[in-house]
Amino acid sequence: MISFLVDKELRVEQHPDPNMTVLNYLRQQLGKTGTKEGCASGDCGACTVVLGELDGDQIRYKSINACLTFISTLNGKQLITVEDLKQGDQLHPAQQAMVDNHASQCGFCTPGIVMSMFALGKNIGQPDKEEINEALAGNLCRCTGYRPIIEAAEKMYAVTTPDRFAIEQQQTIAQLRKIQPQQQAELSNGHKKSFNPTTLTELSTLLEQYPDARMVAGGTDLALEVTQFHRPIDTLIYIGEIAALKQIELSETAITIGAAASLTDCYDALNHDYPDLGALLHRFASLQIRNQGTLGGNIGNASPIGDSPPALIALNAKVVLRKQNQSRTLDLQDYFLDYKRTAQQPGEFIEKVIVPRASDNGEFRCYKISKRLDDDISAVLGCFNLQIHQGIVESARIAFGGMAAIPKRATACEQALTGAPWNMATIETAKQALLQDFSPISDFRASQAYRTQVATNLLTRYFIELETPDVTTRVTAYV
Amino acid sequence: MSNHTHKSNSHAEMMALAKQDLTTGVGRSVKHESAAKQVSGEAIYIDDRLEFPNQLHVYIRTSDQAHARVTRIDTSPCYEVPGVTIAITAKDIPGLVDIGPLKPGDPLLVEDIVEFFGQPLLAVAASDHETARQAAMAAIIEYEPLEPVLCVEQALQTEHFVSDPHTHQRGDSSAALAKAKHKVSGSVHIGGQEHFYLETQISSVVPTEDGGMIVYSSTQNPTEVQKLVAEVLAIPFNKVQIDMRRMGGGFGGKETQAAGPACIAAVIAKLTGRPTKVRLPRMEDMMMTGKRHPFFNQYTVGYDDSGMITGCEMKLAGNCGNSPDLSDSIIDRAMFHSDNGYYLGDATITGYRCKTNTASNTAYRGFGGPQGLIMPEIILDEIARNLGKDPLEIRKLNLYGGEGRDTTHYYQKVEDNVLPELLDDLEQSSDYQQRRQDIKAYNASSPILKKGLALTPVKFGISFTASFLNQAGALIHIYTDGSIHLNHGGTEMGQGLNTKVAQIVAEEFQVDFATIQITATNTEKVPNTSPTAASSGTDLNGKAAQNAARTIKQRLIDFAIHHFSVSEEDIEFRNNHVLIRDQIMAFADFIQLAYVNQISLSSTGFYRTPKIYYDRNTARGRPFYYFAYGAACSEVVIDTLTGEYKILRVDILHDVGASLNPAIDIGQIEGAFVQGAGWLTTEELVWNDQGRLMTSGPASYKIPAITDMPIDFRVRLVENRKNKEDTVFNSKAVGEPPFMLGISVYCAIKDAISSLSDYRISPALDTPATPERVLWAVQAIQQNSVKQSAN
Repeated sequence: MISFLVDKELRVEQHPDPNMTVLNYLRQQLGKTGTKEGCASGDCGACTVVLGELDGDQIRYKSINACLTFISTLNGKQLITVEDLKQGDQLHPAQQAMVDNHASQCGFCTPGIVMSMFALGKNIGQPDKEEINEALAGNLCRCTGYRPIIEAAEKMYAVTTPDRFAIEQQQTIAQLRKIQPQQQAELSNGHKKSFNPTTLTELSTLLEQYPDARMVAGGTDLALEVTQFHRPIDTLIYIGEIAALKQIELSETAITIGAAASLTDCYDALNHDYPDLGALLHRFASLQIRNQGTLGGNIGNASPIGDSPPALIALNAKVVLRKQNQSRTLDLQDYFLDYKRTAQQPGEFIEKVIVPRASDNGEFRCYKISKRLDDDISAVLGCFNLQIHQGIVESARIAFGGMAAIPKRATACEQALTGAPWNMATIETAKQALLQDFSPISDFRASQAYRTQVATNLLTRYFIELETPDVTTRVTAYV
Repeated sequence: MSNHTHKSNSHAEMMALAKQDLTTGVGRSVKHESAAKQVSGEAIYIDDRLEFPNQLHVYIRTSDQAHARVTRIDTSPCYEVPGVTIAITAKDIPGLVDIGPLKPGDPLLVEDIVEFFGQPLLAVAASDHETARQAAMAAIIEYEPLEPVLCVEQALQTEHFVSDPHTHQRGDSSAALAKAKHKVSGSVHIGGQEHFYLETQISSVVPTEDGGMIVYSSTQNPTEVQKLVAEVLAIPFNKVQIDMRRMGGGFGGKETQAAGPACIAAVIAKLTGRPTKVRLPRMEDMMMTGKRHPFFNQYTVGYDDSGMITGCEMKLAGNCGNSPDLSDSIIDRAMFHSDNGYYLGDATITGYRCKTNTASNTAYRGFGGPQGLIMPEIILDEIARNLGKDPLEIRKLNLYGGEGRDTTHYYQKVEDNVLPELLDDLEQSSDYQQRRQDIKAYNASSPILKKGLALTPVKFGISFTASFLNQAGALIHIYTDGSIHLNHGGTEMGQGLNTKVAQIVAEEFQVDFATIQITATNTEKVPNTSPTAASSGTDLNGKAAQNAARTIKQRLIDFAIHHFSVSEEDIEFRNNHVLIRDQIMAFADFIQLAYVNQISLSSTGFYRTPKIYYDRNTARGRPFYYFAYGAACSEVVIDTLTGEYKILRVDILHDVGASLNPAIDIGQIEGAFVQGAGWLTTEELVWNDQGRLMTSGPASYKIPAITDMPIDFRVRLVENRKNKEDTVFNSKAVGEPPFMLGISVYCAIKDAISSLSDYRISPALDTPATPERVLWAVQAIQQNSVKQSAN
């Protein structure tokens, strides 16, 4: 049984299909059709809704893709959809700004855009252009060219009167307090099951009991199996209610990130030490995905591309795997064995990721190369971490995504660099060595030749950035 | 408005109001009629309609081969899945199987030969979509593979065409080329484009008691859906009603290809007697439906020392996919626009309609025009580089104008050519010359990033080139409270057509926009309509609605003359009031008076475009009523190590005649520009060697997102320049022309690459110019430059 609020209304669900997405729940079960299906794959944002989550004595609002979110995720939260914003005849400021700025044409993407703007308004009082872009990069509009939407997002903040959600916040908090998960929830429709454990012990027990169960953290990749590949999942375990898995700890030597911490939360923890990793996380999918998706999930799904694993490997991150009460720590690079195959044993789960602090690393840069700047899967992701002392490369950790069946280190290239003088001749040698490290594939994202050429060129970019920091080397500097 | 509020106004108050201008008539930035409903989620799209308890949902199973003979389809396993009602194949279709819009070639379901990967083979209806899908996948299909043709060059070489080539010819191009002092020649692949309307193809159908159908269809062409539904069911057209309130985007993709889902739903509804819905999931939509035609274009052009073109030969080979669909008109339009705004000298332009085993390519904003129009821009860049001149100088030199230089290669005179002034204006306002210098300085000091700048014009012909389509109808009722019901044959897909047409009617009657209720386009209200396409929606339907309004208005005037014993000059409609010599009354009261005096308050309106004709046998005529013009100046930065790029600044100056609604027009211009830029940059369609579309979803097919918008985006309308032709309130069409402003981005990228050769070489660059293609072009130029400096 799970309990959640649909706006202000308490809903308790016991026997829904655990594979049902929030989008289908809204449209088919509740008849709330304001939220649209544009792609059902988390790429267009037409289905954007907002989740309100209790965070101490505050509510945190997060935009998410309803099409990728399993219903069990709603437990203990408030679901806000586009229908909830208008009060009587009064449009919400986010809605009114869209109307006033002629920002809807066909209108099909509009509810999703309104909800992204609504969440932005809730989280940031006076967003700048970059924050607006970030909030809306996951909302595709095919009609307007976006200019009026950006203007609407800028102008909605002229309205300073608190909206209904602000006025009713205390009541909502009280309502949410009553439904905070106290114990493991379970859903079953007779065929399929879903569990929401709240402790690591419960999780371990479930994994023992259901060895074929699939763990859901954000579900942003797993849900595609159901919605795009039509492979129903018999048993789901939603780990988002296990507080221990969501912790982020900062010590003098390490940033330790729980496997179920959202990528949005990871950004806050990692950006300070590694601005380039922060920049990467800003271009990692969309805000809706980052609000749901987790670092553990991004590692666990073992995509050849990443985007976080190559960066974390270059940073010498470690992953802690746990089974029952036993934990083991692996270098992240050793976690990936082969295409979609990992060192994770049955019954094991990723507990946390340990990233060394910047003081223990060298000059870190990472470069995401994709067809489209935002919300695109990398053709190549190159991550460089060199320690250079008195003109000599003391150590080199270089990892790439999109260049092999797994996120992988460029060992020959690293060897060519290590101990060598830091100059262009060394870079040329290292580029040759890099050719031995990888034989990438050609696909619709890029050809083998392009991947190889870019990978080597990125080494040049890294050299120029370190040698001449004043030179602008990335088009993203202009965004 | 209600009678009471107006009755309370005194004569003086009413006179004061009547002196004011209407605030919601033509020329005003009235908000989109659906905006408030769209932002609140209240606007109903077809999938949002309430369903019936016995509703059926359909999944269409498609082929996984590009070319094959179907040797067996067994649907019996489909029925083993609980919840399945029916599984149909081609033989279950009661009437015509082929739904090709003009020529056959588009079977609703394959009868014998599969022509593309993703072609519909069978359809299953069940209580829900997932059940229908599961059952459809259970069907057994066997094929005998046939050799597919997947490459447009192969189709061109082997003359594998869906219809015959067509040629425009003026003068003796081969003699002109032989005489020419300089020549350039080359070829370029122009990529296609997925429409990516946010709402996928959908239709929901309800059977009627007369054996007919009420069809809710997301279509730009209700009349054609009506015709095809009737034909597949073998029933008269009058038993089929199409209702179309709004589309979640169309862009041409719902001109012909919305019919398939509607027809399949109708066949199943007919066979089962149950309401039936077909909604294509995104991936199926992208695999099943056609796209913008990819082209393979070849050219040879002669020019003189100044850079003026003296002779030109072009071969434009459009990849039509597997069937004709609208390809004849689309390739024709590419040919009609292969001059853009330039006089080509003696010219021979031939368009080829190549057949490949891919989905049948179809209408898409610009309708072939962009694929032709880009050619002179590529050619003029090349001429400029060869002569060491700025491309803008060469563009201006070649514009239409002057003695003997004002007629197109299809013999239409270019009248009221706005381009020379428009380019001068934009050159000034965009600060082109100064920025050209700034960019040279930037590039000299930037080792990796290079900037590029380009200013390109657009001249786009307005009218359907199939002349008979240039007609429209409308229907207006005025009710006794003065409220107005408006219907016309056009369809609303976001472009603001309903808003503009309502503004026109508001202006005619001098009543507030809010007085007018816009309703769904419906074949029972306005019959025999043309598709909302070719940018013609407002030109045609606006005029038809204006005519309907004027018919009623004339009746009202005639009534007043008689009733009040005044002359026509004594009667004036002003801002929700009617002045009758020294009397004044609220519009609603006047309508009430007319009603009790037995005046008809309902009328149809009709319009056909004058002056246009085209003789395909001689390839001469005046296919276009007028031309719409515009120009864009784009600045980009590229990364020479990765090929990545970013659009920095765009200045647009565009001609919409006398704007009916500046906000909506600017919205069309901005949206079209970004869509055009997307077509030429990130939107790459990739098929594998089996003919399967690999970029079949938004994860792999990348339309512009918010950060792809120019950082600095300045759009202006040409002011004080009414359309000289008698269009509705002297406005100009705006849907398609600004799409081609995106070409300036492509040319700016090429300019940035060309900087690596000190602007001596114009890089070869197929489209879309993905980062990968840009990087290869950069490398080619770098290698070439190394070679040249070695020589």
